[in-house]
Amino acid sequence: MPSRIINRRPGRAGLVLAGALPFVLAIICYFVFSALRQADNPNDKLLPGVTALGRAIYAAAIVPDVRTGQIQLWADTLSSLRRLGLGLAAATLLGLVFGVATGVVPYLRAGLSPFIAVLSMIPPMAVLPILFIVFGLDELSKIVLIAVGVTPFLIRDLALKVGDLPNELLIKAQTLGASTWQIILRVVLPQIAPRLIDGVRLSLGPAWLFLISAEAIAASDGLGYRIFLMRRYLAMEIILPYVAWMTLLAFLMDWVLRRISRRLFPWLNAPET
Amino acid sequence: MSRVSVRNLWMEYPGQVVLERVNLDIASGEFVVLLGPSGCGKTTFLRLLLSMERPTRGQILLDGEALPGEPGPDRGVVFQRYSVFPHLTVVENVILRLEFASSPLFGKLFGAARRRAIAEADRVVAAVGLDAARDKYPAQLSGGMQQRLAIAQSLIGKPKLLMLDEPFGALDPGTKLQMYELITRLWRDEKMTIFMVTHDLKEGFTLATRVLTFDKVRIDPQAQGAYGATITYNLPLTPRRPSPAPPGAAS
Repeated sequence: MPSRIINRRPGRAGLVLAGALPFVLAIICYFVFSALRQADNPNDKLLPGVTALGRAIYAAAIVPDVRTGQIQLWADTLSSLRRLGLGLAAATLLGLVFGVATGVVPYLRAGLSPFIAVLSMIPPMAVLPILFIVFGLDELSKIVLIAVGVTPFLIRDLALKVGDLPNELLIKAQTLGASTWQIILRVVLPQIAPRLIDGVRLSLGPAWLFLISAEAIAASDGLGYRIFLMRRYLAMEIILPYVAWMTLLAFLMDWVLRRISRRLFPWLNAPET
Repeated sequence: MSRVSVRNLWMEYPGQVVLERVNLDIASGEFVVLLGPSGCGKTTFLRLLLSMERPTRGQILLDGEALPGEPGPDRGVVFQRYSVFPHLTVVENVILRLEFASSPLFGKLFGAARRRAIAEADRVVAAVGLDAARDKYPAQLSGGMQQRLAIAQSLIGKPKLLMLDEPFGALDPGTKLQMYELITRLWRDEKMTIFMVTHDLKEGFTLATRVLTFDKVRIDPQAQGAYGATITYNLPLTPRRPSPAPPGAAS
């Protein structure tokens, strides 16, 4: 056993154990304080116990709502994911087109990049009232908010990445007879695709932020709508599982994107031989 | 044929003259090595030959015609680094030239056309000794193998000129010797004209049929940028090995 702590490394089991420890501690902490508060006041709303949580989750995720006939958690999840997916898809497409165009074509860069730099400084939440006025209170304004919030970052990130491509590669492609279009298709796009996926992964946080904000202000369903609605009733037993569920969804999206990146771009971490 | 003539070439940047009064005639099939200290303009000269930049005065003629204003398939290049595409395997890197030439819309070949291209690429890959690594990505290759790939990639398009910008600068001595043999053999077989920039005197004199040195002949101590470099020596070397083909007899 090495004497310096920097040279001591956990094994496989150690890694799992060390990784799980904070989660276990946090859960234990929660239930200890919950039990203490319940013992003090059985009607405490702030830290609901296992039974209250279980009953709320059962009602939200398993039993159909009496009024709508839908299972509330799934209906909310579906609407939210639809908004998030459409917003992110629009942002990805716009980011890719404008990022590559401004990165590759000097005239487009000269014309567009100062404009995009200023646009990206507009606080997206500040345009939300405008979006509500222009696009109405329905789905479109929420999708546009996500797209507006995420697109400028993606454009600038991709344009930077295109600029970082070694000039030698672009010259080499030209000496192989490639046209601008062929260079974009065969040299630029494949090499920035991993960065695009990374950019989308980094944008997941802001995208959720915009989604929940928009839903909190004007919506009739969705995960963000639900937790802000439940706040009025101090219904922590609903809010807490919803927050945990959203965290899990965001984590899964990130994980799936990372897997896609690894699967699609074997050259990025090709095994040395 | 690939005869290169340079007529009173100047390359000036604001406040600095890099090259001045460069005149040169290179016959087809020569192996020209450009030598000189760092910053003497030899790489700038190579960039001009590639049309990566345009001369401020004078012109470069390839077979009597002015060079096109941008890089093209008539002039191949191998840089010291970043010469191959990291997202393509060895074979995919090599067929790229064929794909660009015959698929303007997708830049990619499919089916039988792709198989034909791969068959052609395999011959070139074998010629540079990379057959065992044909499905590997560049990151999985050693530095010498990557440079072989870069050479193969350029060769398949049969360029008139091949530009080598310190191609062996990052390789170990043993690999360098192998690369000398390879490039000499390919130059002889393909009857190309090669321009190579190097710092390495020995390398230059080993490979070249003609050595050019660049240096400043006038220096103004008060304004270092006032005068540029030009060709100070233009040495034809008596080939120690049989010449690939006497100039003019190639065709």
